Amino acid sequence: MLNQNLKLNTKIFNQNPEGKSTSYGAGIEKVSTRQGFGEGLLKAGGDDENIVVLCADLTESTKANMFAEKFPERFIQVGVAEQNLASVASGMATMGKIPFIASYAIFNPGRNWEQIRTTICYNNQPVKIIGSHSGLSVGPDGGSHQALEDIAITRVIPNIVVISPCDAIEAKKATMACAKTKDPTYIRLARNNTPIITTAETPFEIGKAQIIFVPEIGLAHVGIITTGPILYKAIMAGRELEKKGIKVKVMNLSTIKPLDKDAVIVLAKETKNIVTVEDHQIAGGMGSAVAECLSEFYPTKIEFVGIKNQFGQSGTPDELEKHYEIDISNIIEKVQKILKRKI
Amino acid sequence: METINDTKIKELKVIANSIRKSIIEMLCEAGSGHTAGSLGMTDIFTLLYFHTLKHDPKNPLWVNRDRLVLSNGHICPVLYATMAHAGYFPKEELKTLRKFGSRLQGHPHREFMPWVETSSGPLGEGLSQAVGMAITEKIYGGHKTIYALLSDGEHDEGNTWEAIMLASKEKLSNLMVIVDRNNIQIDGNTERVMPLGDLKDKYKEFGWFAQEVDGHNFWEINNAIYKAKNNKGSPSVIIAHIIPGKGIKEWENNYHWHGKAPNKEEAKMALEELDELGSSF
Repeated sequence: MLNQNLKLNTKIFNQNPEGKSTSYGAGIEKVSTRQGFGEGLLKAGGDDENIVVLCADLTESTKANMFAEKFPERFIQVGVAEQNLASVASGMATMGKIPFIASYAIFNPGRNWEQIRTTICYNNQPVKIIGSHSGLSVGPDGGSHQALEDIAITRVIPNIVVISPCDAIEAKKATMACAKTKDPTYIRLARNNTPIITTAETPFEIGKAQIIFVPEIGLAHVGIITTGPILYKAIMAGRELEKKGIKVKVMNLSTIKPLDKDAVIVLAKETKNIVTVEDHQIAGGMGSAVAECLSEFYPTKIEFVGIKNQFGQSGTPDELEKHYEIDISNIIEKVQKILKRKI
Repeated sequence: METINDTKIKELKVIANSIRKSIIEMLCEAGSGHTAGSLGMTDIFTLLYFHTLKHDPKNPLWVNRDRLVLSNGHICPVLYATMAHAGYFPKEELKTLRKFGSRLQGHPHREFMPWVETSSGPLGEGLSQAVGMAITEKIYGGHKTIYALLSDGEHDEGNTWEAIMLASKEKLSNLMVIVDRNNIQIDGNTERVMPLGDLKDKYKEFGWFAQEVDGHNFWEINNAIYKAKNNKGSPSVIIAHIIPGKGIKEWENNYHWHGKAPNKEEAKMALEELDELGSSF
């Protein structure tokens, strides 16, 4: 069942997505995380005139267009030049501004990684890096545009904060929250409309993990840790598992860095079994961050659901999630597998 | 920006000569670092810090100071030495260059030395950061001049040209770039490694107000800066023809001195040569 304390969207169970042809269940409100970012940016821009926005020819796709239309004097179009995007923003930050730089994740932080590392993070400037169209959810555009490595390449940089919101509402909150911090920040967004899991009343704090799904009664046998909109699939898997008599807790680890170590360790202590789930390469991703933490502080069995050293390809998100084995059934399998593992 | 007379020029020459001595001493002490580029840009740094810049060494973070971005951070010995001579910190500290715990990192880092505007070293990024500063001034109605010092070699970087286009598009007349046109980079002569051709013409084509000067002639450089400051509606660039290793005859125009520090013997010879030069002013 959903954690009652978090005031989550109870309507997410209206439809069971199993057997449906769409990626997520019908009858559930679905909005993209990039849309949530666009709304948060508009609000943050109204609250603070030091916020400036830079885009590299993808203003509408990243939903920065709402800000650009409302505050044209604080919007800079740099053209298809992501390296310039990052380093110009760094210069603006040295003058006391809070720049948001938005593009697709494959280019930002992909193409401009060294500019982010040196001009933004090494200088410790409060630039907010927005990478949309991350993960397999880009679908038909194909593997060249599916960023499956962005968490790995950002979280390795000192000073940076890495956030991967689970839904549009959390994306909006994360955008507004990071606009108030001095930290270089990466926010990972997705293109497709995905279920609204949280509500305006759900608490949000950068760096705090939340247990979204809990057993009806008693302790959990397995802790599932997810990041991004794939949280929905983990919740659905949790419900299926419960019917099979396996009790799970599902954690939304929306801030990947700094990692909420205490929350991860508490979950591992309760369950002794952790399954991580992400729309990203297993190598270097959120699961790796969890593994680094637990192997040092509380060695625990871990199974990873994620992309296994492969590039993506064209297809519907649904087809791709099945092919690359990051679907509900794969989460269920991993949970069952880990319970059979001795070590 | 007043013009400079012969007395001022003589004064600047004396300062530049003592900055060059500091550069040689600190590089010798460090045992590694970039000698040729630092000596080559000494005259321009001297003019900027002792005549051009609106700044206050006793209040380094003065909010209305002009901004100076050194993009090719590897020539930081000249930046550090000039700052010390201008009074930002004691000259004694120059001997800590490249040593553990020093504020004077091998390439500038603002976390260690907050009085440098940007951490730099990786090439091709400084102009973008200066463009960001100049855009900010334009949007928020400030009156600072943003100076960016670039090497010629870093025009190999695509990022530099991305910034050149954006500065022109945004008509950043508060941005002044000085290019260290010394024709050398690590692998050899710039025109052999990657031909840059006529940089002045290239900038012009991109919509900049472009000038060329002898980078060791104070009067010429100052005049170009004055003209650039009065230019409206476009960013300005000054292509400064620089002799790498300037001041030490044996080192001048020799690319082997790009990334090498003098040993004790070489330093002694060089300091004697500068002493002799200094007595002729």
